[in-house]
Amino acid sequence: MSRYWKPLGFAVLVLAVVLAPFLSSNYRTYQLGFVAIYLIALSGLDILTGFTGQISLGHGAFMGIGAYTTTILVVDHHWRDLWTIPVAGLVAGLIGIAFGLPATRFAGPYLALATFAIPLSFIGILKRFPRFTGGNVGKNLPQLHSELGWHTNPSIWFYVVTWVVALVMFPLAFLVVRGRFGRALRGVRDSEIASTAYGVSTASVKTAAFGISAFFCGVAGALYAIGITYVNPDTFPIDLSILLIVGIVVGGAGSLWGMVFGALFVEFIRISWGPSILTLFAKAHHVNTHAPGSGLVVYGVVLLFVLYVAPAGFAGLVRRLVTGRSALAAWAKPGAPTPGDPATGAEGP
Amino acid sequence: MQQFFQTLTTGLSDGAIYGSLALALVLIYKATEVINFAQGEMAMFTTYIAWSLITHHGFSFWEAFFATLLIAFIGGLLLQRTIIRPLERASVLTVVMATIALLVILNGLAAWIWTPQLQFFPSPFPTSSWVVGGVHISKQDVGTFAVVIACLVVLWLFFRFTKLGLAMRAGALNPSAARLVGVRTSWLLALGWGFAAALGAVSGMMVAPTVFLTPNMMQAVLIYAFAAAVLGGLESPVGAVAGGVGLGVMLNMLGTYVHPVTSELRLPVALGILLVVLLVKPAGLFGRVVVRRV
Repeated sequence: MSRYWKPLGFAVLVLAVVLAPFLSSNYRTYQLGFVAIYLIALSGLDILTGFTGQISLGHGAFMGIGAYTTTILVVDHHWRDLWTIPVAGLVAGLIGIAFGLPATRFAGPYLALATFAIPLSFIGILKRFPRFTGGNVGKNLPQLHSELGWHTNPSIWFYVVTWVVALVMFPLAFLVVRGRFGRALRGVRDSEIASTAYGVSTASVKTAAFGISAFFCGVAGALYAIGITYVNPDTFPIDLSILLIVGIVVGGAGSLWGMVFGALFVEFIRISWGPSILTLFAKAHHVNTHAPGSGLVVYGVVLLFVLYVAPAGFAGLVRRLVTGRSALAAWAKPGAPTPGDPATGAEGP
Repeated sequence: MQQFFQTLTTGLSDGAIYGSLALALVLIYKATEVINFAQGEMAMFTTYIAWSLITHHGFSFWEAFFATLLIAFIGGLLLQRTIIRPLERASVLTVVMATIALLVILNGLAAWIWTPQLQFFPSPFPTSSWVVGGVHISKQDVGTFAVVIACLVVLWLFFRFTKLGLAMRAGALNPSAARLVGVRTSWLLALGWGFAAALGAVSGMMVAPTVFLTPNMMQAVLIYAFAAAVLGGLESPVGAVAGGVGLGVMLNMLGTYVHPVTSELRLPVALGILLVVLLVKPAGLFGRVVVRRV
């Protein structure tokens, strides 16, 4: 029976994607296009964080690299926007591999701090080479235009493009994490020492995972640029990278299905869920809920809450409902006892 | 020649600031193998407290400085007890995620409470400079360097010559053995967070007069501190400080003498140095190469 779950899941997802625009307003359809974008980015990042156990705080910048690639190709080289999407993914993926080669020599959480530097450096580089990137002002893409008979409605066109790409990329992520390579990823996450002993080159596996996740984020970024029709250094702040990691934890690290919820969360926490949580809170205390920074506080509190209450995220909660067993996030398991310190058992490598 | 010495002194004072935050990272890292992402934001937050004490409560700079150190120490201790301790048995990655949550919360709270606008943070040192043999040496730079080094010396004396310092070193070196001889390691971790927070507050209050106070003030400094810690070897306190000073001097020299390196490229260059060190000497300049036995 269980081997039918996955095709069934895809069937339900495709059905939901086909039906959603008929049930939504124009603006909601446009928003759901962004959910597809976040689904692509989160599935990629989940390969790195959930399956390989490497936290990255820089993948918003890889979205930025994808977005700038698309923008520069469309604006300066007059490409058709759709053809830039794979190129944007490849550029981001290659830069990801170039960064990953040295950075993945870090064991454990060091990688995260190195990646923290990427969004900050990215903004600096954008401002340093204004002739190429448009500097502080950024660049404008042509307005969303509809095609293939959807001429009345650019939102629908955007929705179709994003979800077609998402429905290619999402199954692709499933292919990445299965089989030999997928086992190598999980091996690196659970014990680098044991993986090395089994002949897995942990550094190259981590580098590959980094490159693949950057590729996914590059594709997502290309679509993002097409959707918002402009890019500038403020479009891809460090907050975006952090929001992506929050989306991974909330959806359930190590579960690709969880990323569907994570993507909904990332899109709607900013504009509807976050403010309503704040409004609830504001009824009890007199606080200014529109103050700058209040949104960030909500992300942080939600992240902490999920870490304490449901470390396996939304996917873990669903699994618990279905199977009745409690699930831990793939990487939230206490580290396997290492021979060096049997007393605590928590000193993973 | 004059330009060289001025660049050097600015580099030394910048480097001392990076070094103190790097040492804060190393303190927590050595004890728990956790890199505290919130280290920079904790420093930023306590600097706002100092600013608020000075501008709204009539404290002088040095009164506010020491009050803030105390507040930071207690704040760090409380954060460890309330946020981090419940995750004691969780994996390192979970704890790192929790520190990321702290980073986000502190950054948001600071913008919420004090608005994200630039604030002027007073410097305790005059803006004039000494002239030694035709070279202008800024009193600000010398003062910053002296304050940071004094704090580091006090910390070193504590770890070297007090019983509590010895217990903390033991707890970091071998937690289970330390527990067996009666060291309460859990509380020592909280103390470590307290010290790290206080050190971070020093770096925050020293950097704020030169860059203006904003909620994002410490993000770049945290990267420099991390690069410094990697440069020196993440396990080595001396290496962290030396790495910080080295990085500060190097970045300022590059900024002055290599034309394409403008202030926008300062951070990418630091990232580049970080990556090169990792490729060439992953254990850092002062670190030991760790061989794991299975």
